[in-house]
Amino acid sequence: MKPNHIFFSRETKERIIKRFFLFCAFISVGVLALILFSLFHGGMPLFETVNIKSFLLGMEWYPTFEPPEFGIFPLIIGSLIVTTISTCIAVPLSILLAVFTAEVAPDYLKNTVKVIIELLAGLPSVVLGFFGMVVIAPILQDSFNLPSGLNIINASLILSIMVVPTIASLSDDALRAVPKEYKEASYALGATRFETIAFVIIPGALSGIFTAIILGMARAIGETMVVLMVAGGAGAIPESIFDSVRPMPASIAAEMGEAPRNGLHYHALFAIGMVLFFITLAFNIVADYVSRRFKEGGSSSL
Amino acid sequence: MNEQPIISVRNVNFYYDSFHALKDISLDFAPNSVTALIGPSGCGKSTLLRLLNRMNDLIDKIRLEGEIIFEGKNIYDPGVDPVEVRKRIGMVFQKPNPFPKTIYKNISYAPKLSGVNNSDELDAVVEQSLRQAVLWDEVKDILNRSAMTLSGGQQQRLCIARALAMKPDIILMDEPTSALDPISTAKIEELIDELKKDYTIIIVTHNMQQAARVSDKTGFFYLGSLIEYDVTKKIFTMPQVKQTEDYITGRFG
Ligand SMILES: Nc1ncnc2c1ncn2[C@@H]1O[C@H](COP(=O)(O)OP(=O)(O)OP(=O)(O)O)[C@@H](O)[C@H]1O
Ligand SMILES: [Mg+2]
Repeated sequence: MKPNHIFFSRETKERIIKRFFLFCAFISVGVLALILFSLFHGGMPLFETVNIKSFLLGMEWYPTFEPPEFGIFPLIIGSLIVTTISTCIAVPLSILLAVFTAEVAPDYLKNTVKVIIELLAGLPSVVLGFFGMVVIAPILQDSFNLPSGLNIINASLILSIMVVPTIASLSDDALRAVPKEYKEASYALGATRFETIAFVIIPGALSGIFTAIILGMARAIGETMVVLMVAGGAGAIPESIFDSVRPMPASIAAEMGEAPRNGLHYHALFAIGMVLFFITLAFNIVADYVSRRFKEGGSSSL
Repeated sequence: MNEQPIISVRNVNFYYDSFHALKDISLDFAPNSVTALIGPSGCGKSTLLRLLNRMNDLIDKIRLEGEIIFEGKNIYDPGVDPVEVRKRIGMVFQKPNPFPKTIYKNISYAPKLSGVNNSDELDAVVEQSLRQAVLWDEVKDILNRSAMTLSGGQQQRLCIARALAMKPDIILMDEPTSALDPISTAKIEELIDELKKDYTIIIVTHNMQQAARVSDKTGFFYLGSLIEYDVTKKIFTMPQVKQTEDYITGRFG
């Protein structure tokens, strides 16, 4: 018998360990609850003056005018549009990269590519934003003859660079998690490597890949620095991908410093934070639902 | 059995990196027969089986000397496509490994790869293969259910049906019943007996009774060498080598 058994029985020890983990879980839930509370506490007062519909669907965002306008529809559209375009750019790239690192590449190349992806993931967003401002913007401006290169396509490009590592590395994990038995079965049935990847490995990893995409989108929609620096900042519904937009996080970051504390503008910015929170929450719920459904049915539910 | 062999292994030495896993193996497999490969764990039975349909190609740092002749041609000749070899020589694994797809899609996987797209034709192959594997009656109403919902024994018969759908000449089975209960095992043994009419079967097993029951010839392996290879009855009644006798009577070690 080990000496500490004299002091604590095994049941007591297990109870202490269980309590400890419960405590840790409680702390993190508590912190989350506090953050949510302050978010809602800051945002809800807006709706005493402005109704929800005109807040969400209003076309004019003039918080400092007299009288102010608090319509965030253009900001929502700005966020959705850069998120959508960056996802469209990032998804095929990331999946190709993930298939390459997980299935195709020889070991030395695999490791090189993974290091590069990790480096990309570690780049501070302000550095990427800077890259967008000084490299991408002039190129866009010159090649398309635009008044400014700070616009939707620039922001989408930079955001896609940011989310590729997220989607690629999560997809890589998902592809690797496909049991070796399935691959062997496929090869033994006379499938080529390409057929095995297309018909067995990718379908087997689909729920993981989908989750990766949603998490990538959640990252893109919440990303602040990049859109603040390169999206241009115009609070209007864009008409082309070369127009400037003002996604929600950019508004919050740009205006929070000037909004008088506890004023209407201040509450409105918190309310934007609430909208962002609900959008990311929805993304996470969808991701969770999808991976759960797949787990039950396998890819046969496809 | 003095028929022409369907596949023959000639002076094969096989290495995993520097590990010499098979040592100068030569043996012939007769068509429409069942051959059992037996021997203690790690003696190279699976290695040999996986050489026969070039599944070992998927492993890094391997080296093969010697030839494996199938239909008069060395399947390791540089011009031979391993994919084509695997289409002719099917494989059933130790652990049932159906795809997480529907029963129907599992069976139609190989025919679709070979370009069968007509749905009537596919339906026919699926039914025929499942009938051959004696699974049809159990699954005919649930073809669109996930194969993962079947029992282990049903899954293994599904895997056999899936290999049959490819219309191979030879079926390799690596301990196909080791994960199954006695009833499922008996079903698969009956099935093997039935399939023998149309296919050549090579089966690895740790179950001596199984080898004795299902096979026509038996090869005993030990430490990468083929110790004895003869008609099953002879191996089990009067083995020529002492090691073989010790192994089949359980006095090994
Ligand atoms: N991928 C591999 N890389 C390196 N060595 C391997 C590999 N696969 C098998 N071996 C080695 O080759 C030898 C033969 O292995 P094999 O799997 O053929 O044995 P077996 O007779 O099938 O054993 P069992 O009855 O346990 O399945 C073993 O010593 C094993 O460690
Ligand atoms: Mg084995």
